[in-house]
Amino acid sequence: MDTRIGEVETVARLCGAAKHYGRQVALAGVDLSIERGRITALLGPNGAGKSTAVALLLGLTTPDAGRAELFGDSPHLLAARRRIGVMLQSAALPETLEVGELLRLTCGLYPRPHSIATVARLAGLEELLLQRYGRLSGGQQRRVQFGLAVCGRPELLFLDEPTTGLDQSARERVWSTVRGLVAEGCAVLLTTHYLEEAEALAERIAVLARGRLVSAGSLGELRAQVIHRHIRCISGLGVEQVRTWEGVRAASRDAEWLDIHATRAEGIVRRMLAEDPELKELEVRRAGLAEVLREITHAEAHA
Amino acid sequence: MSTVSQQTSALAEPRVSALNILWLETLMEFRRLLRNPSFSVPVIGFPLLFYVLFTIVFNPRLPSLGVARHMLAAYTVFGAMAPGLFGLGVTLAIDRERGLLQLKRALPMPPALYLGAKLLMAGLFAAIVSLLLMVLAATLSVVALEALQWCTLFVLALFGVVPFCGLGLLIGTLVKGQAAPALLNLIYLPMSFLSGVLLPLAMLPKMVAQLAPLWPSYHLVQLAFGVVDGEPRAGASGHVLALLAAAALFFWAAYRRLRVLS
Repeated sequence: MDTRIGEVETVARLCGAAKHYGRQVALAGVDLSIERGRITALLGPNGAGKSTAVALLLGLTTPDAGRAELFGDSPHLLAARRRIGVMLQSAALPETLEVGELLRLTCGLYPRPHSIATVARLAGLEELLLQRYGRLSGGQQRRVQFGLAVCGRPELLFLDEPTTGLDQSARERVWSTVRGLVAEGCAVLLTTHYLEEAEALAERIAVLARGRLVSAGSLGELRAQVIHRHIRCISGLGVEQVRTWEGVRAASRDAEWLDIHATRAEGIVRRMLAEDPELKELEVRRAGLAEVLREITHAEAHA
Repeated sequence: MSTVSQQTSALAEPRVSALNILWLETLMEFRRLLRNPSFSVPVIGFPLLFYVLFTIVFNPRLPSLGVARHMLAAYTVFGAMAPGLFGLGVTLAIDRERGLLQLKRALPMPPALYLGAKLLMAGLFAAIVSLLLMVLAATLSVVALEALQWCTLFVLALFGVVPFCGLGLLIGTLVKGQAAPALLNLIYLPMSFLSGVLLPLAMLPKMVAQLAPLWPSYHLVQLAFGVVDGEPRAGASGHVLALLAAAALFFWAAYRRLRVLS
């Protein structure tokens, strides 16, 4: 049975899930929920435990402690797996089969699949149905894999590096299809190294580091945990002087450029303008996801 | 999902037919390998080529009826060994190495259907080889068998693939994709020669001939000789049991290995 908490319906979760490979700790008691109608991005450096977390949710491996659930059941149950779609990062399909044959084969596994024409439209495969998989480019092969993931009308879609090798237009088409599925209530678990992809798609971001869930929330909530603003300008103000100002967390100089990391930008910018009439090229920006991730995982590594 | 809506959706849920999945998986596995010349040419072509060469071309006169019959039986067995060994061994090693097996495990397909489809695919190739050999034997050679003998030989080829499927499966769990064909050839060809399939046991050194019953192909070819001779050989049930035991052993070992790998 699915779990509803308020209006949010959890379709998959890890509860205190731990997994070791020999002495190597892959996951150390991770709690993670995937909710219906939302895209959750699972991020973290290499070896953080992302693949293990996905493998547990897919039933490809079993936890040493804790549990993994798909729609309230074991991920090993066929009934639960009929409700998901999977796009793995590395799964080479048979090269001598045609795209249409691969779609037909996978559609046959689901109780209420899309038609092949619909899948072809969703994944941009209209022109490729009669092509053999082995003769496609890397980007086209990824589109086929995406098509296989969506052909069963999934309620939960696992996307592992879905747009690797895709050009910008194909990437946007995948994003658009994913957004469409989410609008219909599909949940998505996205693992990606393209942080702009996570930033553009995900409403919720979970960060793993060294097998532990170190942060989870919206991008805004994650940003709030780290540097709030980055101010950069050409100024004659002294670095030592600026460092003493309230709200400044760090300041450095690179030739004529002054870089300031601050919790709040407004007061500092006003003061800079007041104290340096020659100030120019002023930029103020929020921390990007890359900086947020770097800071969160760096803090975890040194905890 | 609430209980009521879950019940409603369960009622409305169309069933997924295991038979349909098995049919599609078998068909695609067959097409996958048929279109791969490095598999289909040797697996289908070599038994036919060897049969024509050694039974017809290299014999200035047609061989005696007995020899021609035995050649047909031997090459039928030779043709039944390869689809199981290579069809399962190489594809499983490749599927495992390239992540396809992992994807299949994440899909809603019972593992038994994945393996069942590979078995059926091997049986299909064995059936094709067997039928083509029979056509060659009946038209170009001097072999004339009763209808029941033709049918029994065909069924023997069909079921004879099973122990070799088990062995192929086991090899596929042990080595990587590129190493699998080499290792399988190292097993396939010596097994064919040392078990009396490609060479009469009388031509082998005595000690080697005495070890022939250790090979599953020895038992299959003895059964095939019995079929074409029109009189089951002594110990036919022993040969059947030996083949069943070999199949059980290989499948059990492969199953254990797959459990470890997953």
